[in-house]
Amino acid sequence: MVDIVYSPERSEVRAEVSGELDHCRAADLRAAIDLEIMKRVPRTLVLDLSQLAFMDSSGIGLIIGRYKLMSELGGRVVVEGASPATAKLLRLAGIFRICTVHSFEEGLKV
Amino acid sequence: MRTRIHPKNEMTLRFPSLAENERFARIALSGFVSALDPTIDELTELKTAVSEAVTNCIVHAYRDTVGEVTMTVRLLEGGRVYIRISDKGCGIEDVGQAREPLFTTAPDEERAGLGFAIMESFTDSLRVTSRRGRGTTVTMQRTLTTRTRP
Repeated sequence: MVDIVYSPERSEVRAEVSGELDHCRAADLRAAIDLEIMKRVPRTLVLDLSQLAFMDSSGIGLIIGRYKLMSELGGRVVVEGASPATAKLLRLAGIFRICTVHSFEEGLKV
Repeated sequence: MRTRIHPKNEMTLRFPSLAENERFARIALSGFVSALDPTIDELTELKTAVSEAVTNCIVHAYRDTVGEVTMTVRLLEGGRVYIRISDKGCGIEDVGQAREPLFTTAPDEERAGLGFAIMESFTDSLRVTSRRGRGTTVTMQRTLTTRTRP
């Protein structure tokens, strides 16, 4: 499942992904998110992962792909609500270097 | 000759390389390993490692076809989990190269090239054997943290 909301005043597309993000689901998610990005051409894409129960490297591929698309459009990607397990994957993949990431882990440190 | 350590419990699953079986493999692993009372982090990491291995079978080994994937899980003494996932697909030309982080043969499908790197970092040991045209076997082992287990 993905809930996609557009805020024109913030020029932001927010995609809240729930359930499990694996190879089986990645293509459908990608299509839904890209459709909205191309329609709105926002400055920011927020990927809200707080409702995600599971993610593997297919999720990393999805984030990197959206990062490339948003970069081409002059925008950026923010990843929110990453669980400790997801944050570990993001760190392994170097996502922290290309996107702003707000994880539960970091939230706890504050 | 290696002596095989007698497992406390063992299961083998065979399923076709359909994408919906990625989830099934994770659920099956989860249910089976729960007997060892793993922590949530340990279970998530093992599920992720299995998901990567099974996805490799589906995306790479049986690229344009559907074939059989076999997953064996053994629960060994001392909280050790042994997982073997094998296919009879196309095989890997250069295992060393395939294991390098970010190497992928499917960039257009947004494969991150991190499958083996994730399996390696989420388990204690990863062994990959492959023969072109014959298939690939991935073996992973991880010892779970000692908790109150028999």
